[in-house]
Amino acid sequence: MSAARRIAIVPALNEEGAIGDVIDEIKAFDASFDVVVIDDGSTDRTTEVARARGAHVLRLPFNLGIGGSVQTGFRYAYENGYRIAVRVDGDGQHDPAQLGKVLDPVLRDEVDICVGSRWLERIEGHRSSASRRIGIRILASTVSLLTRQRVTDPTSGFQALNRKAIALFAADYPHDYPEVEALVMVIRHRLRLREVPVAMRPRAAGRSSIRALSSVYYMVKVMLALFVGSFRRNVVPLEEK
Amino acid sequence: MTPLKVSIAASVASLVLLLIVFELIRSRRLRERYALLWLLTGVVLLVLSAWRGGLNTIARWVGVETYPPAILFAVASLFILAVLLHYSTVISKLSDQNSLLAQRLALLEEKLESGG
Repeated sequence: MSAARRIAIVPALNEEGAIGDVIDEIKAFDASFDVVVIDDGSTDRTTEVARARGAHVLRLPFNLGIGGSVQTGFRYAYENGYRIAVRVDGDGQHDPAQLGKVLDPVLRDEVDICVGSRWLERIEGHRSSASRRIGIRILASTVSLLTRQRVTDPTSGFQALNRKAIALFAADYPHDYPEVEALVMVIRHRLRLREVPVAMRPRAAGRSSIRALSSVYYMVKVMLALFVGSFRRNVVPLEEK
Repeated sequence: MTPLKVSIAASVASLVLLLIVFELIRSRRLRERYALLWLLTGVVLLVLSAWRGGLNTIARWVGVETYPPAILFAVASLFILAVLLHYSTVISKLSDQNSLLAQRLALLEEKLESGG
């Protein structure tokens, strides 16, 4: 294991076309990063490609969804003692060259979790479809209201976390599509959260796990979870061993 | 016309269902994913129970002239059928995943035993 104890958590589902470059780009950004790919039940060669590029691969026996895969990564990071984790999606949407933007505030210990936002500043980059932007806008206002902190991109998975945040997510992470609920959790546990502006790229290959038909389910489920979640007591994060 | 007492009793019953589902989600005994159908059931039953004009109109559409609250039973049965069917698919998926896990575990164990 690396002495730096930094890890990149990369969830991937059928991303054999994109995963290799993502791993290479993470190593190019900082070679001291260990990379763990969570293969969420791919039917293509995602695992083989990732192993060939030197990543650790956790191959889930069947599809757990993005929440279950990412939490597997947090558990791995937690159990192996990593101090810093970044999350980079396996589809190439997140540009590892911009990892410094989300990483620096965490390294300077100004925040516990730092999220890359597409909407914080006018940066040229891929901005996704109009309907998805409206959905994100609705979720952003809801989250901002619940957390009393301005959040502009609540679905962003481009994040850096310190040990405290890793321990929280290893203990408890939302199911299905987790990012929105996770942000509210973070604030309720009084962790320090900040968004920084980043540009995202269009997907390199494969398809988004959120497709048109399931986006209605996504909105309803997330709103329900946010509503019920605000009546819930906090979960205790895993204790340090 | 739907008797007022029936309307009130059915509304209360739907509200109780909604409250129970809410509490189950809150205490994490029911995942949001599997609660949605129940919530939909509760909301539809609540609307039909409280909105007597609507229930009467639907009853007339489907030719139930004598006793509109029968529609409440019909709708409730339909939703319960939907929930049961949904759970049958969920159980099937779970049992598939369960055998997959058992097989993977057996393979792993063999690998460990044979000194891998």
